[in-house]
Amino acid sequence: MPHDHHDHDHFHHEGMSPSGHPYRADNDEPLSYWQTMEIAVRELLIEKGHTTPAEIAAQIEAMDARSPANGAAVVARAWVDPAFKQRLLEDASAASREMGFDIGALHLIAVENSDDVHNVIVCTLCSCYPRNLLGLPPDWYKTRAYRSRTVKEPRKVLEEFGVSLPDSTQIRVHDSTADMRYIVLPARPEGTDGMSEQELAQLVTRDSMIGTGLPRTP
Amino acid sequence: MDKVRVKTMMPPGHVRAPAYLRGKTGVIERRLGEFGNPELLAYGHLDGPKQPLYRVRFTMAEIWGDAAERPTDTIDAEIYGHWLEPLDQG
Amino acid sequence: MPNVGGMSENTPFDGRRWHDMGGQPAGPVTPEEHDFALWEKRVDALQVLMSGKGHFTVDGLRRALEDMGEDAYEKYSYYERWIAAVNQNLIEAGLYTLEELGAKMDEVRKRGDTYGEAAGG
Repeated sequence: MPHDHHDHDHFHHEGMSPSGHPYRADNDEPLSYWQTMEIAVRELLIEKGHTTPAEIAAQIEAMDARSPANGAAVVARAWVDPAFKQRLLEDASAASREMGFDIGALHLIAVENSDDVHNVIVCTLCSCYPRNLLGLPPDWYKTRAYRSRTVKEPRKVLEEFGVSLPDSTQIRVHDSTADMRYIVLPARPEGTDGMSEQELAQLVTRDSMIGTGLPRTP
Repeated sequence: MDKVRVKTMMPPGHVRAPAYLRGKTGVIERRLGEFGNPELLAYGHLDGPKQPLYRVRFTMAEIWGDAAERPTDTIDAEIYGHWLEPLDQG
Repeated sequence: MPNVGGMSENTPFDGRRWHDMGGQPAGPVTPEEHDFALWEKRVDALQVLMSGKGHFTVDGLRRALEDMGEDAYEKYSYYERWIAAVNQNLIEAGLYTLEELGAKMDEVRKRGDTYGEAAGG
């Protein structure tokens, strides 16, 4: 089993949250050693003047505001605006900031899918992810299975995500080993000619920007 | 294209050159500029010399040999300059 | 269990560390995910804020995570390992002492049996 154990069915929350994820036991869970440490570290840092409750709350709010919708807006813009797409492929950080997204010091590279090329992103050494644009990574991105196998058998891994690529498509795996973070610019689906930028953004899934999925089709 | 080989050394500690790429030959896909060396930063040495960082492209055939799923698929990884040896242009 | 971390008793250690997983055998990818709990978001925020203020680097965080070892990776969740690594770096940076941390953890534990009670909301 993967290390991320979150089987808390014996607590109060069951079913799915509005965002479609299982609930994670939170405040009603018996206090763990690590939670005790989190509270203690946080309070010591506040007492000693290294941070404030307001600063921590603001940071959580900023992180919560980052979601795959940000990346989807960037992709949709690139689909409708060739000049923007060019700027995105040249400097994805600058292009994201141009759209108003606060991505901090993130060094972002966009890699483009086409009929002949499919890109997929992994971090074999830890769990590097374009969090300042897409939000926090999904659990599976951090698992041993994804980190180990994507660089050796990407086609099998993609099939486990339901993505089958023709043999003629070249796969480019990107291992985020250092200071860059990556986002896949998926190919614009067929049959979307009349769609607005906002409608197109609805087709862009998180996984299509990691490379483990394809955009929805209308 | 500049051909480079990732060094084979296996020092202990915090290193960002993945083991599966050590000793493997690739081509520089792009130069990314200079960045802090994680092998110094990880141990609190913040003022050490920066390293040039490169994106290096490897073929699956080069990395996995006969075990490659599809030999012409590629892997791009970022490798710091002190982990790379230049190879003669061939 | 495949040979997952260079820790096998059958093959001599070649220097590849447990976290360096690229190309190692592993099982199927199960596309699981969860919404993050408040305490996890707080750990994330502390990491971003304290590294942002220069008390440690992301490399220092990763070094501590790697040094916790493979056993910790298998046993503890992502943010459990993160708070341990954040704490390790803050101790090294001298922001507080282990004695202060121990006393504070005792105090926190006495407040109640759940995270909500101990954190005061």
